[in-house]
Amino acid sequence: MFDLTGKTALVTGASGGIGAEIARALHGAGATVGLSGTRVEPLEALAAELGGRAHVLPCNLSDPEAVTALPKQAAEAMGSVDILVNNAGITRDNLFMRMSDEEWAGVIEVNLTSTMRLCKGVLRGMMKARWGRIINISSIVGATGNPGQGNYAAAKAGMIGMGKSLAYEVASRGITVNAVAPGFIATAMTDKLNDEQKGAIMGQIPAGRMGSPEEIAAAVLYLASPESGYVTGATLHVNGGMAML
Amino acid sequence: MSDITARVKAIVVEQLGVEEEKVNEQASFIDDLGADSLDTVELVMRFEEEFGIEIPDDAAEKIQTFGDAVSFIEKAQA
Repeated sequence: MFDLTGKTALVTGASGGIGAEIARALHGAGATVGLSGTRVEPLEALAAELGGRAHVLPCNLSDPEAVTALPKQAAEAMGSVDILVNNAGITRDNLFMRMSDEEWAGVIEVNLTSTMRLCKGVLRGMMKARWGRIINISSIVGATGNPGQGNYAAAKAGMIGMGKSLAYEVASRGITVNAVAPGFIATAMTDKLNDEQKGAIMGQIPAGRMGSPEEIAAAVLYLASPESGYVTGATLHVNGGMAML
Repeated sequence: MSDITARVKAIVVEQLGVEEEKVNEQASFIDDLGADSLDTVELVMRFEEEFGIEIPDDAAEKIQTFGDAVSFIEKAQA
């Protein structure tokens, strides 16, 4: 099950906790992986850890030209892009009434617009191959909202609506487009929360714990696999029951 | 039949799975040859690769018949 031997996967945000784990999971299933991110050092460390079948492809997702060039660079390095995982994301939290245009636009640009550009960039090859997997890493916040995250929630909900529209268009070509919506996942980002904040969050999670990056990566691995070929336009919520959607 | 016409016809026949006789100059990809909108995008991609040209989106929208495609490619290669 879930054998990706001979497949190629581009993962954005591969320098982060969840992105690195996604890359490990796809690589572990036999895929060649393109590791993209802004920080080169962690990408190179990850590539070294994985050994063969790993390519470092640095990219600043707030630079439209760099984003447009990334699918081409990935295809040159790996021969194709069969699987695209749009995982990179930033936050610029602020109360809605205080949110600046820059905070809004920056989050939409990196989280949503770059996803659109990367999807466009890989579609030609997938259409020709009559096979493709696009997995957008959304968020529970895209479905439920979250105070202070109007921009982030809009971008994450936007990924889902955009992905469903694209899923309609390319379903007949063997390309699926799905989303994974993580809840609270233990990463460097959530490590910064204090005990009181953590306690408040735990109270809302029926599973009584935070999720692990491995649990997100497993969902991505399924949606990247040949076995998920009849699943498209779906959002897989991985949140310990925090929101049952 | 010119070389370009023959090559374009071969692509259309293969891409849309239609009989060669149906592919005449006035044949509309969508109305006569059963293409959907995504097929037309793929056709343009195939033309770009076959002839080593770039067909911008606004030009691609105007290529609606087999004749449109042949004349666009002939001009692009002239």
